[in-house]
Amino acid sequence: MSPTPFVVLSAILFTIGAVGVLTRRNAIVVFMCVELMLNASNLALITFARANGNLEGQIAAFFVMVVAAAEVVVGLAIIMTIFRTRRSASVDDASLLKY
Amino acid sequence: MIAFWILAPVMVVCALGLLFARKAVHCALLLAVVMISLAVLYAVQDAPFLFAVQIIVYTGAILMLFLFVLMLVGVDASDSVIETIRGQRLLAVVVGLVFGATLVLGVAQLSFGTVVGLGTANEQGNVPAIAQLLFTKYVFAFEVTSALLITAALGAMVLAHRERLTPRLGQADLAAQRMRDYAEHGKHLGPLPPPGVFARHNSVDTPALLPDGTPSQASISRVLLARGSVRDAPGSATQVEQLGGGDRSVPPRDDASDQGGAGR
Amino acid sequence: MISTATTVLTEAAHGGHVPVVDPGSAGSLALPLVLVIALPALGATVLLLGGRRTDRFGHLLGTATVAGSFICSLVLFFAILGRDAAHRQVSLDLWTWFSSGRWTVELGLLYDPLSALFLLLITGVGSLIHVYSIGYMAHDERRRRFFAYLNLFVAAMLMLVLASDYVGVFLGWEGVGLASYLLIGFWQYKPSAAAAAKKAFVINRVGDIGLALGIGLIFTTFGTTSFSKVSQLTSAASAGVMTAIGLLLLLAACGKSAQFPLQTWLLDAMEGPTPVSALIHAATMVTAGVYLIVRSQFIFEYTADARLAVSIIGTITLLMGAWIGCAKDDIKKVLAGSTMSQIGYMVLASGLGVAGYAFAIFHLLTHGFFKANMFLGAGSVMHGMDDDVNMRHYGALRKAMPVTFLTFTMGYLAIIGFPGFAGFWSKDKIIETALAQNPALGICALIGAGVTGFYMTRLMLLTFFTEKRWEPGVHPHESPKVMTVPLIVLAALSVLGGLLLLNDWIVTFLAPVTGAAPHEEPPLPAIVISLLAVLVVAVGVALAWFLIGKRDVPREAPAKVSVFTAAGRNDLYGDAFNDLVIVEPGKSFTGGLATFDRSTVDGGFTGTASALAGLSGRLRLAQNGFVRSYALSLLAGAALVLLALVVVNLG
Repeated sequence: MSPTPFVVLSAILFTIGAVGVLTRRNAIVVFMCVELMLNASNLALITFARANGNLEGQIAAFFVMVVAAAEVVVGLAIIMTIFRTRRSASVDDASLLKY
Repeated sequence: MIAFWILAPVMVVCALGLLFARKAVHCALLLAVVMISLAVLYAVQDAPFLFAVQIIVYTGAILMLFLFVLMLVGVDASDSVIETIRGQRLLAVVVGLVFGATLVLGVAQLSFGTVVGLGTANEQGNVPAIAQLLFTKYVFAFEVTSALLITAALGAMVLAHRERLTPRLGQADLAAQRMRDYAEHGKHLGPLPPPGVFARHNSVDTPALLPDGTPSQASISRVLLARGSVRDAPGSATQVEQLGGGDRSVPPRDDASDQGGAGR
Repeated sequence: MISTATTVLTEAAHGGHVPVVDPGSAGSLALPLVLVIALPALGATVLLLGGRRTDRFGHLLGTATVAGSFICSLVLFFAILGRDAAHRQVSLDLWTWFSSGRWTVELGLLYDPLSALFLLLITGVGSLIHVYSIGYMAHDERRRRFFAYLNLFVAAMLMLVLASDYVGVFLGWEGVGLASYLLIGFWQYKPSAAAAAKKAFVINRVGDIGLALGIGLIFTTFGTTSFSKVSQLTSAASAGVMTAIGLLLLLAACGKSAQFPLQTWLLDAMEGPTPVSALIHAATMVTAGVYLIVRSQFIFEYTADARLAVSIIGTITLLMGAWIGCAKDDIKKVLAGSTMSQIGYMVLASGLGVAGYAFAIFHLLTHGFFKANMFLGAGSVMHGMDDDVNMRHYGALRKAMPVTFLTFTMGYLAIIGFPGFAGFWSKDKIIETALAQNPALGICALIGAGVTGFYMTRLMLLTFFTEKRWEPGVHPHESPKVMTVPLIVLAALSVLGGLLLLNDWIVTFLAPVTGAAPHEEPPLPAIVISLLAVLVVAVGVALAWFLIGKRDVPREAPAKVSVFTAAGRNDLYGDAFNDLVIVEPGKSFTGGLATFDRSTVDGGFTGTASALAGLSGRLRLAQNGFVRSYALSLLAGAALVLLALVVVNLG
């Protein structure tokens, strides 16, 4: 099967994730959208691995997953801390670092 | 192939749901659908190892972590849909559409040539082949990843840790504090009154009525109050009256603001 | 070299050839030649750097260095006195001061008859004034500093007259300007003294510009500024350039010697202590202009136009100074006006060419004696009158101060040209030469002599004769010995100064520098001219006697006076003229420049800055702290990159 539909799906999911990051205000949901974008890129990587007959794409996807796991751990901890101090999980409330 | 055409619309719809669902828990569930579908697509594309990893790591670990934090953080953290930054939503949609359209058009125009397929690469089995690569060519990156994971674990512990600033209060201290509160502010000393004088189906959400007929706010959980799911005591009284027959009861009252006539 | 000098001298003697500066080696004279400058310079250094530690002996050290300098001058003078004319010029090259491209300036000393006379005048009169100052400044707690400045002045003045290069002259020229500034403003707590010092400094700068430009022009014309080299090259230069150099040097002389039109500072300079007026503003520094002109005779000899300008300036100033002297009531200002007038005589003489140079120097010397004498006498009078300078508050002081009166009288007789006294010989010679060369200028000089007689007699009458008009509580008394002894010495010199002319000694002595004058027949016999001059002076004296001596003198100056008196009292409106023509337009111009600077230049800069600040303020709003805004710009950037990629690859 041609890789094109997979790649297009990946692009669509990535875009949806990106728009989600821009529009949602709940920090946890924003984080989910980031995960969606990472997953979309993983799909593209695996598709390219199949298209090229080379496992390195899968290795790359694997590393992305590991890094994403680490990122989620730290990111959620940060969200926890912010919530603890500001009693809010909205990304817009943490806007002190500005002009 | 069939799997793709079935799953792709489901995934897109679920991903769009991520944008519009109001509650974060719904978002997490929708994301789980997307991820499991992705795992299936991995399996379709000759990546059984990543299929398993996707299920275990993403759906199993990461999403559970999300839900865990959701429970910790925000039972009452409702996500308002009102946009606060002027023009942000419109611009986000426009830029997102431009980006997506360009990306889709771009990749659709590309020709990937003949698909090689992973038949040769997976000859010895997918997992041994990946292991072969991971522990030879990418062993250094692999080791660095482990260091990253340990660092992340430590970082999360440091971030989530809260330093105790005051000494821990023992039972004696708490008792003394209660007596002090009573002496200084007249705060109720004994155990809180139980809710639900007019028990019907779930008496926990109904406040108790004091002897003078006023509902006691102390008898219900603060969380239920915050959610707004507390029943109206005088309303309940009316219902009771209707259920229990009229001869020994006070006449029905339609004024909601009036106190209930319990104990007559 | 000796033979060349002899030839030159022979030619000069034969007619009109300009002598060049062609010195021999200093030889054994090197040590005193260096010491004569080094001693006062050392004194100034020790006193200025030593601070309060030298307060106790500062005045003695200051006097001793100048006295030592005087002894060195005497040694030098007698060393060359016995030599024949060709060997009277010696030079000493010290070191190369600086070297720039083709231009090398040697710091060297040139000792010739002209320098010799100046050296004797500066160190001799200077020593006497130092001695006098010990008494005069006895009660001033800053006396040590005063002597330090006086020593600095003497060192700079000696540098001026000993330098063998125009740049060296410039060094001394600026040095005396600095010392003059410091000493006029010595009592700087008096606003008038501080203002006078500033005024003298600023007006002197105008003259200094003339000197600097003149030196620059000399350098571009001849490629050197050394006297000996320039004097050998001037005969070949074009007349126009020589005239330009001459006029620039004249401007310099006008500034330093208070000649018209830069004369206004000298009257104000009387704010300084009286010994300063005597030494700097009568005897030595103000004659530096005359020295410069006489020293540059190898330039002026080739430009009759510049010489005529010099004479005219001198004549104007001698009349102006005399006029001002008639109208003033301040004793020091009368003397200052008289100084202007007498220097006018010298400048007039130095403009008359070979015939006049020697007489200019002669009058310079005699004037140095009698004017220093009179200034110190005036200081003595002020000392006794509690520092009152108004002559209308004096009167009948001859009995209270007999020594001062007698010495002052010697100076008075010398300046009006009483026959036999120093001034008679020197002024008479100038008038005679002027009449011979340019009758108009000569007659002006003759009139000036009469006016001199008038105002000096007025001064004498108001101060020492007529009735007492003293302020209550003032008890005039004779000054201490330390002040009267210098007066006596100077009085003796005022009487005997004329001896220098005995047998035309000074003319012969100066001949190696000034050239020997061809004999000119004056329009009238010399004895007739002398008689005429004495007659004119006598008329002036008699006029003063009848106008002042015979009448009552009011204690307050009368307000209703003639136009001429009013003009004289206001320094002939020199300050008003300067204000109107230079100061006010200058102020408006700088005000305009300041406004232009503030509005246009600063406005441009601050406008740009505030425009940038405003723009930055707008850009700053983009940093709104919302992560989602930043993410939006990130995505927009990614979209742009993507679009570019698509356009490039597929387009």
